Amino acid sequence: MNALLNGVFKRDLALAYRQKSELVQPLMFLLMVVTLFPLGIGPGPETLQRIGPGVIWIAAILSSLLGMERLFREDFLDGSLEQMMLSGIPLFLAVGVKVLCHWLVSFVPLLLMSPLLAMFLNLTFDMYVALVATLLLGTPLLSLVGAIAVGLTVGLQRGGLLLALLLIPVFIPLLIFATSAVDSAALQLPYRAQLAIIGAMLMLALATAPFAIGYSLKVSQN
Amino acid sequence: MSGLVADNLTCIKQDRVLFDQLSFSLLPGELVYLRGPNGAGKTSLLRILTGLSQPESGQVLFHSEPLNSVYRDYSTQLVYLGHKAGLNGGLTALENLTFWLAQSQLLVSTSRLYEVLELLGLVGLEDVAVRYLSAGQQRRVALARLWLKPSVYWLLDEPFTALDTSGIALLEDTFNNHVRNGGAIMCTSHQPLSERAGPLRCMDLEYRF
Repeated sequence: MNALLNGVFKRDLALAYRQKSELVQPLMFLLMVVTLFPLGIGPGPETLQRIGPGVIWIAAILSSLLGMERLFREDFLDGSLEQMMLSGIPLFLAVGVKVLCHWLVSFVPLLLMSPLLAMFLNLTFDMYVALVATLLLGTPLLSLVGAIAVGLTVGLQRGGLLLALLLIPVFIPLLIFATSAVDSAALQLPYRAQLAIIGAMLMLALATAPFAIGYSLKVSQN
Repeated sequence: MSGLVADNLTCIKQDRVLFDQLSFSLLPGELVYLRGPNGAGKTSLLRILTGLSQPESGQVLFHSEPLNSVYRDYSTQLVYLGHKAGLNGGLTALENLTFWLAQSQLLVSTSRLYEVLELLGLVGLEDVAVRYLSAGQQRRVALARLWLKPSVYWLLDEPFTALDTSGIALLEDTFNNHVRNGGAIMCTSHQPLSERAGPLRCMDLEYRF
């Protein structure tokens, strides 16, 4: 437990703090993508409200891909990952903690920024509540599933684009249910079913992804 | 049988057999000097012995048990230093080592940590981000692990790279001490070890086509 807290969790947070610019850049990217839509499509409040949830989610997925490699790439290249694998900490726990750190430093700021995004795109309060609920359930899923793909591509020379090609199709169901939940909220319809499905996907990922990530990293070390 | 035993290891990389049916043992109290030209499979062999890579066939036994089943015990007895130093350039020497110790669940006092850094000639550099240190100094930070972790098996891949003569002498003396205290070392190096390192057993890997 101590090994995870002091050796992995604090380390990753310290590193994130040192590399603040790498964390801010994906967020700025997200903000800019979202601001491009009113400029490109026209500032009609109804149009923005209709496309808003989709725009925010697509921007969130794209911006998450930019920062995803941070998860393991540096550790892989400088050999810290080898040392962590040899430290005797069960690998699935160690990667679980690393994913948690990644979520904390890349997606929590996004959640904090979400009121601003909602305002840009003229979302109603009900829609905003639904959006936050889907982000809360959906972004950990992005981190968990993304980490598997990062683990697989970390040993490749230029894995960045391949990572996006691998991950975007996998995130389609999440995008469908998340935007559908916000659309339902716009019509004052219940959206618990969509949240439940995203929640179920998150539970499945929580239970299985750490093992898959550990395995993918082992394969990359081979 | 105690110690680390390689049992019929075969390693194939890029469709080339690096070594096959390789069997040997590494026992406490011996220094094995692994020699061979570039590409002979020295690094691959060391990585297989640590459990980081899997051999094509054969297995590694630790105290007569396959590595997978005794991995927790094995990891407490092992220090592996590879080509990559395992140091994050953005963290200082002290931070890198502290986090590494925490991961290995070792409690080492700060004064001991400073002592080791002093021994390695890194005084005054412990608060500098590792990326600003010279290659030799970075190597010394990585080597600090040998002093900090009480372990039996040292698997070292080119530990002398970038070290100056005093660093090499220090490391060879440490090898000698470690082996006399019942440690086991397997080390690759392109430069021959001097007599300071103590008695050693040479193992040669050939480049195969």
